[in-house]
Amino acid sequence: MAVIRDMIPPFELFQPAGVDDAVRLMQEHGDQGWVLAGGLDTFDWFKDRIKRPSAVIDLGGIDELRGISAGADGGLEIGAMTSLTDISENADVVGGYPLLATSAGLVATPQIRNQGTLGGNIAQDTRCWYYRSGWPCYRAGGNICYAATPRSMNREHCIMGASRCVAVNPSDTAPALVALDAEMVVASTSGERTYAATDFFIGPDLDITRMTVLEPGDLLTQIRLPAPWSGARHYFEKICDRKSWDFSLASVASMLNVEGGVIQDARLVVNGIAPYPVRMGAAEAAVRGRAPSDETGQMAGEIAVEGSRALRHNDYKIALTRNLVKRAIRDAA
Amino acid sequence: MEFLRRALNPWGEDVPIGVSWDLIWAAVIIGALFVVGHALMVPKKVTTGEIDENEAKGLPEKLQRHKPGARVFHWSMSVAMFVLLITAFFPLVGIQFAWVTIHWIAGVGLILTVIYHIYHVFAKQDFWTMWIDRRDIDEGKQGLKAALGRSEAKRSRSGKYPVDQKMFHHAATLVTLGAVVTGVLMMFRVDNFLLPQNTYMFSDAAWGWVYVIHGISGIGLIFLVMAHVYFAIRPEKRWMTWSMINGWIDRDRYLENHDPERWVVAEQASAAEVSGGGGTGQAAVSDKVRGEGP
Repeated sequence: MAVIRDMIPPFELFQPAGVDDAVRLMQEHGDQGWVLAGGLDTFDWFKDRIKRPSAVIDLGGIDELRGISAGADGGLEIGAMTSLTDISENADVVGGYPLLATSAGLVATPQIRNQGTLGGNIAQDTRCWYYRSGWPCYRAGGNICYAATPRSMNREHCIMGASRCVAVNPSDTAPALVALDAEMVVASTSGERTYAATDFFIGPDLDITRMTVLEPGDLLTQIRLPAPWSGARHYFEKICDRKSWDFSLASVASMLNVEGGVIQDARLVVNGIAPYPVRMGAAEAAVRGRAPSDETGQMAGEIAVEGSRALRHNDYKIALTRNLVKRAIRDAA
Repeated sequence: MEFLRRALNPWGEDVPIGVSWDLIWAAVIIGALFVVGHALMVPKKVTTGEIDENEAKGLPEKLQRHKPGARVFHWSMSVAMFVLLITAFFPLVGIQFAWVTIHWIAGVGLILTVIYHIYHVFAKQDFWTMWIDRRDIDEGKQGLKAALGRSEAKRSRSGKYPVDQKMFHHAATLVTLGAVVTGVLMMFRVDNFLLPQNTYMFSDAAWGWVYVIHGISGIGLIFLVMAHVYFAIRPEKRWMTWSMINGWIDRDRYLENHDPERWVVAEQASAAEVSGGGGTGQAAVSDKVRGEGP
């Protein structure tokens, strides 16, 4: 394991006042620049000396990246630097998007939620300890996955979506945003781009060194939520090793549009089992037109784990995923 | 610009992990400079002059240069090679897509074409056709002087394959074998249904060198493919390119560029062997060369 030291190696600190300044600085420093949001992940990386950027761009002074406001078509627009506490307690979020409020409220501890941001939570790096120890794994630019060898400790790693790297996405809010059909707004010096949440997260098959579409010079500025579904039911559950606070072993987020006791539409997303939040499209299709019953949930759970493949120490995640999906259908309220 | 990428493994050993990807651009730049330089310095068509009418006597109008099997190999290998290069290097220059599975499947395709080629060479062709001997070296010197306009001497004619083609073949063989052998080893580290995963086969350093050789081979192929495509579309070489498509060359091209003593027309002319030849007036040319070999 890496040794956490008290002193952080020196870097040049920039504190831009606007998005334009920030993206210009990010472009200028490229992969030697580091974007500082809440700082909760950043300082571990720095103290471990695993990440040693020459420039840190602190987003703390950019007011336009904070806040929750009404968006077009009855939706909401959330600044990427909005704290998780603000999101979990905001009346508009709690009223219209309880799925997001619940997931944000389950992140770590109150202190961390006060400091942590939505953007930071969804763009955070994987928790794979082999990777975080600074060893030259695929994700770090090397040529091996230390977590996928026969003797690896891979209890927390993925059961699907692997491509050489078997790390998982650790975000609690990411599956909720995918289930809510959110859009991510990304700014760079070449302009603004918008991604569907499901496309924002990428697997190692596309780029083994990143978990999102964000490249050096890209800044996640805003998360847009579409108008809430009428008659929607939701479900969010996070499974951890301990109840106090922890990263999830797996989490599930579901949105069900139920009319006349029948599921009209569904979004079903599981995180912690793949390098990205997995939208269970086949299970979503299978539950449409059926009652949100125990049987339907059971069927959806079976479909959800089709094709999954356990590593040496994480076959429990297959049963866990099956049950989470079942509950996400049956117990959505 | 660094040549190797190195890292500390979990045991604190400084090991190579691959070749520097900056070398991709070095290969592209060198390839482009070579192409532009060659195009500027050798602008004219290089010919050997008049055709000896005596040599033309008895020769059919069309002669087979590449058998169907050889052409199938060439184009199959070309497809595999382009897929391999695209899947290997496009993601590294920012064009992202899921490339790993396509890459190893194309690699298996390349291996199959190489195996077929080896069989074809030993069973259907003459292995020594591609051997470089003293006459090839003389031919190369003469050709270089003629191309650079430094010699009034008539350029000597080649056997079935000109010396520059032989040199390209051997360079391509070297880097392709480098890529194939290391590629097969690397398949033990990616998920596939042909080979079991075995990351403990070599030490970290040995694995690193496998990746380095694979990378160098791939980067070398960038240059070779650029040069090959360039020569394939040069006006004075297009007849060779066409022969790789339709299989034959005409009599004048044969006599102009090839020494009948070194590439012998088969006594048994066979129109049927000439792909797309249309029947009459064609002949197969023997791969059995006269006086060539070690």
